[in-house]
Amino acid sequence: MAVSCTCDRRSLTAVLSGELDHHGAKQIMEELDRRVEQELPRQLTVDMGAVTFMDSSGIAVLLRAHRRMAQLEGSMSVINVPKQAQRVFRAAGLHRIIKFL
Amino acid sequence: MKAKASNFVSVDFPSRSANEGFARTVAACFAAQLDPTLDEVNDIKTAVSEAVTNAIVHAYPDTIGKVSMKLRIYEDNGMEIVIRDWGVGIEDVEQAREPMFSTGGEERAGMGFTIMESFMDKLRVRSAPGKGTTVTMRRRISRRAGVK
Repeated sequence: MAVSCTCDRRSLTAVLSGELDHHGAKQIMEELDRRVEQELPRQLTVDMGAVTFMDSSGIAVLLRAHRRMAQLEGSMSVINVPKQAQRVFRAAGLHRIIKFL
Repeated sequence: MKAKASNFVSVDFPSRSANEGFARTVAACFAAQLDPTLDEVNDIKTAVSEAVTNAIVHAYPDTIGKVSMKLRIYEDNGMEIVIRDWGVGIEDVEQAREPMFSTGGEERAGMGFTIMESFMDKLRVRSAPGKGTTVTMRRRISRRAGVK
């Protein structure tokens, strides 16, 4: 599991890759926290195009980032969600809280 | 009538988070004997990941303990997955199965059982405080046209 972030004019993009489970989630959360604190972005885009597997740990990762962006009065969207991860988000009803593009 | 088991495998491993990926990969490899679709394999992997993560996070919060995974395939193309631990157990199973309920802190979403339920055909949870938890899941794999 890896995350790489790029920031352009207070728009932060985080690209996640690999298997997102409980084993890797803490490291992803910490890295996202660190980059959000550093950049204080208005917009956070989480790109999941390279995620090969995800369980409910991914829900906790997105909810945490979403909460932090709401505190900053910014917005967050999630793009390129693979089919398997989509099924997990749908089962959890996450589309009611988080914007998926 | 319950169909006859045609094959089984059993693995024990310590409750280390590195074994989450190992366990779901073993389950996916074993399920391959039933010629599942990619979606069916992913559903099995996801449900196993949730059950094993529960054992690792909740059953043994401050220690490393044994987790056992038993997989059986049946002549009716069904697969049974049993994940067992000998950890702290669950006080109130009904409450633990509710969506968003979690004692795992910010790192957990409380959606594990909800996902197991929606990805599997059957889910049974047996637990006794101080003795451990057994999660039994069943999923029928569709027979594809043209396959014997």
